[in-house]
Amino acid sequence: MRGRHRTTAKQIVDEDYSAYDFKDDIEYLYKTKKGLRESIVDEISKLKGEPEWMTRFRHRAYEHFVKRPLPTWGGDLSALDFENITYYAKPVERVGKSWEDVPEAIKKTFDRLGIPEAERKFLAGVGAQYESEVVYHSLRKELEEKGVIFMGTDSALKEYPEIFRKHFGTIVPPEDNKFAALNSAVWSGGSFVYIPEGVVVDQPLQAYFRINAENVGQFERTLIIAEPHSRVHYIEGCTAPVYASASLHAAVVEVIAKEGAHIRYTTLQNWSKDVYNLVTKRAHAHKDATVEWVDANTGSRLTMKYPSVYLMGPGARTDVLSVTFAGRGQHQDAGAKAIHLAPHTQSRIVSKSVSKDGGRTTYRGHLRVARGARNVVASVRCDALMLDAQSRSDTYPYIEIDEDDATVTHEATVGRIGDEQMFYLMSRGLTENEAVNMIVLGFLEMFTKELPMEYAVEFNRLIKLEMEGSVG
Amino acid sequence: MKRTLQIVDLHAGRDGKEILKGINLVINQGEVHAIMGPNGSGKSTLSNVVMGNPKYQIMSGDVRLDGESIAKLAPNKRAHRGLFLGMQYPVEVSGVKLGSFMKAAYNQVHGPDALDVAGFMELVEENTKLLNMDSAFAGRYVNEGFSGGEKKKAEILQMLVLKPAFAILDETDSGLDIDALKTVARAIDAYRGPDVGILLITHYQRLLRYIKPDFVHVLMGGKIVLTGGGDLAEKLEELGYGWLKDEKYAGAT
Repeated sequence: MRGRHRTTAKQIVDEDYSAYDFKDDIEYLYKTKKGLRESIVDEISKLKGEPEWMTRFRHRAYEHFVKRPLPTWGGDLSALDFENITYYAKPVERVGKSWEDVPEAIKKTFDRLGIPEAERKFLAGVGAQYESEVVYHSLRKELEEKGVIFMGTDSALKEYPEIFRKHFGTIVPPEDNKFAALNSAVWSGGSFVYIPEGVVVDQPLQAYFRINAENVGQFERTLIIAEPHSRVHYIEGCTAPVYASASLHAAVVEVIAKEGAHIRYTTLQNWSKDVYNLVTKRAHAHKDATVEWVDANTGSRLTMKYPSVYLMGPGARTDVLSVTFAGRGQHQDAGAKAIHLAPHTQSRIVSKSVSKDGGRTTYRGHLRVARGARNVVASVRCDALMLDAQSRSDTYPYIEIDEDDATVTHEATVGRIGDEQMFYLMSRGLTENEAVNMIVLGFLEMFTKELPMEYAVEFNRLIKLEMEGSVG
Repeated sequence: MKRTLQIVDLHAGRDGKEILKGINLVINQGEVHAIMGPNGSGKSTLSNVVMGNPKYQIMSGDVRLDGESIAKLAPNKRAHRGLFLGMQYPVEVSGVKLGSFMKAAYNQVHGPDALDVAGFMELVEENTKLLNMDSAFAGRYVNEGFSGGEKKKAEILQMLVLKPAFAILDETDSGLDIDALKTVARAIDAYRGPDVGILLITHYQRLLRYIKPDFVHVLMGGKIVLTGGGDLAEKLEELGYGWLKDEKYAGAT
């Protein structure tokens, strides 16, 4: 994700999504027919040579998917055509252990996205998924020796069947929602992370997800298990070329932080603006564990994603930082859920959204303090910045408190850029565009400063791209 | 060639209301002018109009830099030509570090290649010291959580870093305790020189004890009613503004 070239401010403003908008001409080894029916679920499972329990799991999910109506409470899904999507496309025979094993065209893609370079410089491990399959995976040797597992989810099902089966589907059951059901029926790829007790992984593990072809769905499944007192930071990024018709990304992410474990999960979602991004992310934080979701959404046509944390044991904590940016034709319906099920648990949710050129942002959150969860401290803060009168921002912060000793604060602001701020910055020589960029980046700084430096640079660059031509 | 900032028969105001009623003023490089006057006399309107705050409108007259009208230029274009306004109430810009803001401004005013990052950091460091500020100051968010005194120091720091040809300093002395006032005054005085024109706008005389202006103008009711040398400030300190309301001084320039 690191910026591939040194760019001047001028170049930044002159660039656009074209940095990510390139297509590879790939011959797929295997591709299912468009549309979804039960035989396709079987086809995928058979192709992967899965154990029977997984095939049954897929069927159970498919049945639910068919029965479950489309949600109508969130974004507009009416143009999403399930029959016009390819649910499985296989680009390679096996996962590469070195970049030399990866077919040239695909390797080039990840080169252009800066992945191998980032891997050499500051990552503990890298996974790369292309369409439906993981094409590359690596993990530093010393972590492997400590028992850390970082591999594609399909590989983990084969190589670590016991750990896998014990945790898979326990956090997000297929019946959770329509898109979790869809994912569970046709899932392929994703990351499997296992950190043994007491092991601290001090550099991030990163996965990069790339959709290449038109109308292809990506349904990866990520499972992170942090044993007691372990620590890990997982980062994912995603992009796709621009097409005129819709692609679908429906992932399920399950995160388990056992006693005293610390997991940070960072997402930089920058799909092209024709992707429906409908993702279920949920974590369980056990006694004294901490789970942090750092979630940025700048791409996609519609995102519906509400990373959630169930605070299962006393002393568990969570921090959720959600950032969305919606430009023309985009709707970012995002937020967070903190479900306090144990005493002395803490949660903090901060949401920052920016909308411009008629873009729409929605904060949708759920804060719940269950009976018996005494001495809870929880806060929700959502700030929305609208850059013009055509843009829209809504806030739906559901709060349910069943214990009267909970300390809960909720703040929400909706604002525009102030004339006095603009005058102040411009009086020092900044152009109108630069001044707006600076105010927006400042608004998002609370998020940016949480990112490793390389990602912060990339994120700021992205925002500047999104801001291009926003005034004048 | 000496540069000049010239205000010509300026009538200007806000929301259709005329506040400045015919101001004439010429500031040459190398000169320090002070504009004094009671509250509501139009001092801040003058500074905002000269810098181009879109909330204010010119009804007639002109603002010229080196003989060329800048009245229709956006504030950033005026900054490019060497104008600077140290504001009375600097606004917060949340999440933007003072240092990176100054670097962006510096690049605009002097061009991106004028100074490399190391040179720029040195420039900031040196001036931060001059203002008795902690070197971490530039790492803080612009005016966010600043005390009144820190805000004013930040304004002067920006002036010192951006090196404008003409600096208008609007009520820079307000909100400063006596030590801070001395520090700020010393910094402004150090900036004074043959290539700099300064316009100090102040309600009180105390700043002028440390910076001796070449000219003092008294602004009342939207007009300059009296102009004199540095000693006029002391007289105002002693007598206040009341005596100027006397007919015979009105309109005298």
